[in-house]
Amino acid sequence: MLRAISNRLVILIPYVWLLFFFLLPFLIVLRIALSDLEYGAPPYTPQFSYTDSWAVIWDKLSQFDFENFTFLFSDSLYINSYLSSLQIAFVSMILTLLIGFPLAYGMARAPLGLRPTLLMLVILPFWTSFLIRVYAWIGILKQEGLLNQLLLWLGVIDTPLEILSTNKAVYIGIVYSYLPFMVLPIYSTLEKMDESLVEAARDLGCTQIAAFWKITARLAVPGILAGCLLVFIPAVGEFVIPDLLGGSGTLMIGKTLWIEFFNNSDWTVASAIATVLLVVLVVPIVWFQNAQARATETGK
Amino acid sequence: MTGRWSWFNISSVVFGFAFLYLPIVLLVIYSFNESRLVTVWAGFSTKWYGELFRDQSMLNAAWVTLRVGLLSATVATVLGTLAAVSLVRISRFRGRTLFTGMVYAPLVMPDVITGLSLLLLFVSINFDRGFWTVTLAHITFSLCFVAVVVQSRLVTFDLSLEEAAQDLGCTPFQAFMKVTLPVILPAVVSGWMLAFTLSLDDLVIASFTSGPGATTLPMKIYSQVRLGVTPKINAVCTILIALVTTGVLIASIMNKRRAMLDARAAREMS
Repeated sequence: MLRAISNRLVILIPYVWLLFFFLLPFLIVLRIALSDLEYGAPPYTPQFSYTDSWAVIWDKLSQFDFENFTFLFSDSLYINSYLSSLQIAFVSMILTLLIGFPLAYGMARAPLGLRPTLLMLVILPFWTSFLIRVYAWIGILKQEGLLNQLLLWLGVIDTPLEILSTNKAVYIGIVYSYLPFMVLPIYSTLEKMDESLVEAARDLGCTQIAAFWKITARLAVPGILAGCLLVFIPAVGEFVIPDLLGGSGTLMIGKTLWIEFFNNSDWTVASAIATVLLVVLVVPIVWFQNAQARATETGK
Repeated sequence: MTGRWSWFNISSVVFGFAFLYLPIVLLVIYSFNESRLVTVWAGFSTKWYGELFRDQSMLNAAWVTLRVGLLSATVATVLGTLAAVSLVRISRFRGRTLFTGMVYAPLVMPDVITGLSLLLLFVSINFDRGFWTVTLAHITFSLCFVAVVVQSRLVTFDLSLEEAAQDLGCTPFQAFMKVTLPVILPAVVSGWMLAFTLSLDDLVIASFTSGPGATTLPMKIYSQVRLGVTPKINAVCTILIALVTTGVLIASIMNKRRAMLDARAAREMS
């Protein structure tokens, strides 16, 4: 009996917290996305109030306007922001995989005694501030920055490269910031892998490359998938990186939302942007949740 | 995985770490630059650190950040541990799928969505924005990270130990505090540290949910970075990096010592 009550309390406290601070806010975002813009504070006229009876709510539902949503789809700025966010996040994810996989693979093959140190070295940047790590690149990528100074001094180029304030800088920033998220899941699948499988494939006549593709890469798929989702999903909504490293031509939806909210004070359009972004991301997010839940189940 | 550590492996590891660390190292070096220009080296100087400690608004922001971080990390650790316990121990309850979803979704949710939605919540319940709203927002997203960290440790814990304690007369709460908590403590501590650094780090959610008088350090740094790169910002960043690195290193050394003591105790028992 006592156990049942304490069990219930253990669930109830975090459950109610998340319902109130995580789920309810999304419903409010949706409500405001369906409201009309008004100048004042708060700058919207809500379609519902909390005291409405169901009959009133139903009445209002029938005369809903999706004005903000139709507005989003009528202006190419928003559609282009979504598409370009997805594209930038996807390309960055592939680049992160191309750098992260060899790193994770190299770490998994390192001498046993060295591995905890290497792991520590991957985790450490993850603990240091995101903003600081993005900021560090400004000094490197600037027109008169350290990278251009080095390349000019080496004689590789004659005129400084323009990297900062372009999409190239955004790619570099995302790959750099999210690299640990890619390396850690891949490393943990590779580390557990049974090397004798690769040896068996070699004995049966596979070349080293074929054995790698058929065994190692195949077995690392859960780690690769988790890593890719951990990079892709947050990168789509990224604000700091396109804002600090990108230029005026860099369109990303997180930045568009920020500008709508802070510069234009258009809360209703910002909410509509957030709603559509959530709809776009819901498939990868659910995919990620299932992968997480499966990983914990097998961990038992 | 074992096997030969080939030249290819070594060079990809070296390249990877150079990529991860070079920008940070350069940032630290240039915080000691005499010149106002961050890209031209003009000799060693610590004057930017001196200037930093005379900047009252920067110190205020640091103080706000520290208080938000300590408070939100502590509450998030309690709530996150409870969430982890429910996820691992109680395999069936109503709305479990929704609960699991709410725990995992914030891990990947873009900050702009979380920030905007929390702000709209605070506005619609007429909660004045400031220190408390930032703290509540930070508790919410970091409790999920704590839950995941603690959960991974809890799945390997042998439940029969706790049951034994209850058979011997402990209440469920006592059994948890005396038997389970000491075992999962390293995970709880790293969960707290993670929550603290996440709070220390957050710009976007704080910008949405903060109000007058509650400017956090990342918000302050961001507004200065937008005006241009200065060695003073490099100096703040260096201090933050030094603090976090020391904290993480101390924690990992303590973990290692603990593991060694455990191993020795196990040897002596056998």
